[in-house]
Amino acid sequence: MKQHQYEVIIVGGGGAGLMAALYASKSASTAVISKLYPTRSHTGAAQGGVGAALGNAEEDNAEWHTYDTVKGSDYLGDQDAIEFMCKAAPEVVYELEHMGLPFSRNPDGTIAQRPFGGHTNNNTGKPVTRACYAADRTGHMILQTLYQQCIKNKVNFYDEYHVVDLLMSNGAAAGVVALELATGELHVFHAKAVIFATGGHGRVWEITSNAYAYTGDGVAIALRRGIPAEDMEFFQFHPTGIYRMGILITEGVRGEGGVLINNDGERFMERYAPNVKDLASRDVVSRAMYLEMKAGRGIKGKRYLYLDVTPDLVNHYASLDGRTRPDGRPYVTSAEEILGKLPDIIDFCHTYLGVDPVTQPMPVQPTAHYAMGGIPTNMRTEVIMDAKNTVLPGVFAAGEVACVSVHGANRLGTNSLLDIIVFGREAGMRAAEFTQNADFQPLPNDAVDFSLAQFEALRNGSGKEKAADIAKEMKEVMFDHVGVFRVEEGMQQAVDKIRELKERFKDVRVGDEGKFYNTELLNIWELSNLLDLAEVTAVSALARKESRGAHARDDFPDRDDKKWLKHTLAWLKDGEVKLGYKPVKMTKYEPKKRVY
Amino acid sequence: MQVKLTIFRYDPEKDKKPHYEKFTVEAEPTDRVLDLLESIKNYEDGALAYRRSCAHGVCGSDAMRINGVNRLACKVLVKDVGTSIKIEPILGLPVQRDLIVDMEPFFDHYKSVIPYFVGADEMPQKEQLQSPEDRERFDDTTKCILCGACTASCPSFWANGHYVGPAAIVNAHRFIFDSRDQAAAERLKILNDQFGVYRCHTIFNCTVACPREIQVTQAIGEVKKAIATSRLD
Repeated sequence: MKQHQYEVIIVGGGGAGLMAALYASKSASTAVISKLYPTRSHTGAAQGGVGAALGNAEEDNAEWHTYDTVKGSDYLGDQDAIEFMCKAAPEVVYELEHMGLPFSRNPDGTIAQRPFGGHTNNNTGKPVTRACYAADRTGHMILQTLYQQCIKNKVNFYDEYHVVDLLMSNGAAAGVVALELATGELHVFHAKAVIFATGGHGRVWEITSNAYAYTGDGVAIALRRGIPAEDMEFFQFHPTGIYRMGILITEGVRGEGGVLINNDGERFMERYAPNVKDLASRDVVSRAMYLEMKAGRGIKGKRYLYLDVTPDLVNHYASLDGRTRPDGRPYVTSAEEILGKLPDIIDFCHTYLGVDPVTQPMPVQPTAHYAMGGIPTNMRTEVIMDAKNTVLPGVFAAGEVACVSVHGANRLGTNSLLDIIVFGREAGMRAAEFTQNADFQPLPNDAVDFSLAQFEALRNGSGKEKAADIAKEMKEVMFDHVGVFRVEEGMQQAVDKIRELKERFKDVRVGDEGKFYNTELLNIWELSNLLDLAEVTAVSALARKESRGAHARDDFPDRDDKKWLKHTLAWLKDGEVKLGYKPVKMTKYEPKKRVY
Repeated sequence: MQVKLTIFRYDPEKDKKPHYEKFTVEAEPTDRVLDLLESIKNYEDGALAYRRSCAHGVCGSDAMRINGVNRLACKVLVKDVGTSIKIEPILGLPVQRDLIVDMEPFFDHYKSVIPYFVGADEMPQKEQLQSPEDRERFDDTTKCILCGACTASCPSFWANGHYVGPAAIVNAHRFIFDSRDQAAAERLKILNDQFGVYRCHTIFNCTVACPREIQVTQAIGEVKKAIATSRLD
């Protein structure tokens, strides 16, 4: 066992982790521990843009962005945190640009922006161009730029070290335990402050846009150390994943004028969201697609629809909508413009479907995409332990792993990249600040015991069960019953199934006895995380008897603000999920019926 | 359909030297090669070691030699390579286990070319303005995902690992031709070295290997030209 000491340890090398690292390392000794090389992080898969009311092409302001986000969250987002994020947005986007981020540009040289779902001009209710983009690889450019700046600033990295436990002493952070992939050795990192920036857990579901690495390690580690998980029932299904594969097709396609079409050739979103149509919020569009498919209007009766961005069709509907360019000219696009703005999407379609989106529609279905829930934090990214918002000293979380909550029951597109930048920065600053007035807590004597015990259990199972079978059954039951639409019976079935799978998981055995790059051991450990998160998600969902944002129930179709305008907190204690609730922070936005 | 795979295996804890192992898996023509590896790992041999994450060609984890060509396993389909597939680690970097190579020498080269933005001392309140044309000038090289497929396909790199390699030059290019950047001269100086751009003999393996379809050889040529002419046009 090797031991290291830093004032700040950051777990995860994606956008939130790297932004935190840039800020923490200004004044505190800092290291980033990542199970992947940082540039492999899932931030790099984000496509369409980062939301900020720059107003480069048309009138816009942070207050509209705030209201859109509150509305998008179906009023479950904490309004103080949302205000803070949207107000900071222009400044952090400029900061990224100053770091060299190659945004696409307007003819006048300013950062280019495009429309995205749920972002509106609050006066007219029409879509507004707020998503600052770099073609359709905005996340890639953010991740690369932040990593480049970390190299410039000589940030310490432990690449391919897999954090498996959080250490605490005297009720405060003491460090983390990590397994070095190359050697199989355990390392203890002694720290004053620990920032979790480990991303999401979309691998719980069968069809997902998420990377293999998205296994919810941060939330699972926290749950095992007595930290609750907040709002886990709210998981976003992105409307446009490639049929059967789940690979993301950016909402930017619809921002550029693409439309969703059913088997009758109808642009069905007109019926569900008469005002903004295909640019409604993601939960709204995914539900509409589900209903179309349920009504037998999936393409050829199957479980997919068409996303069509062929220029003639785009121009036809743009003309019907009266859409104009920012300078007032009618919106008319061309194959060349689409190729230039959506090169990666076109490449994905060529590679995986043999489809050319400039001449053919893309087969799409809703795909598990984003965790609104996660480790509860306050606006300062400090992790909180209970409904009274009691802070756990020295533990921070930012990005998808965290629940601040700025996304509430449904995240608006472009707000995830904004979240990681704003709250990654906040976490870096706050953690560094914390270390100035804190001593290192003593490391517990049994620092690695809990990690070793978990690995021992995985190595000593009977081998009767295959991890892959358990993973498959979990993904299917979660996709079928804790997906876009939910009912009591299905969710109960999911809860029962996950509990059965957790029992069966005890009979899984890691076959690989080697130390070097034992990816089987870590993959199976990751599955244990997914199972915990699936259970917490299904139990939290079953308890919430209303429909709000991404949590849509056939048996309780309406939002119930009287009973359910509150955040769920879920604890995992002695193998049981215990639920609690805490109020939503309201400032000035009273809940209204949500219409797009 | 059935696909026959021949996979390079090497476990330094057990094996004196590498060997090849054969597997047969059931597959669809539209399956990714990565899907086949997953199927083997899940049901036949959990010890098979390789890297993967995004599974759709944007994270750069799973560069490997597939039927002799560097590809991302998640971006090549069975129908593209046929039913007999040989999979090996990329060349020129030390194998750590099976298909996993040591990427540190690769990243060291990358870090040696000032692969980050060096801006003006004074920044405007808002964004630095850049025309769409100036932005377009270096668009191609911003696509790099640092997978290593290009550098590990380069005979000059195989011959001498001190050569910075195509990926590092691509990342230098991304900044050299960015109208906002101030450190082009320093980067050109670094690359005007015996282990810099002149090791490139325009073999084009890198361009063929790039899963992002970056015109790597052209980018290297542009850097060579900039060094020769001291001009950035």
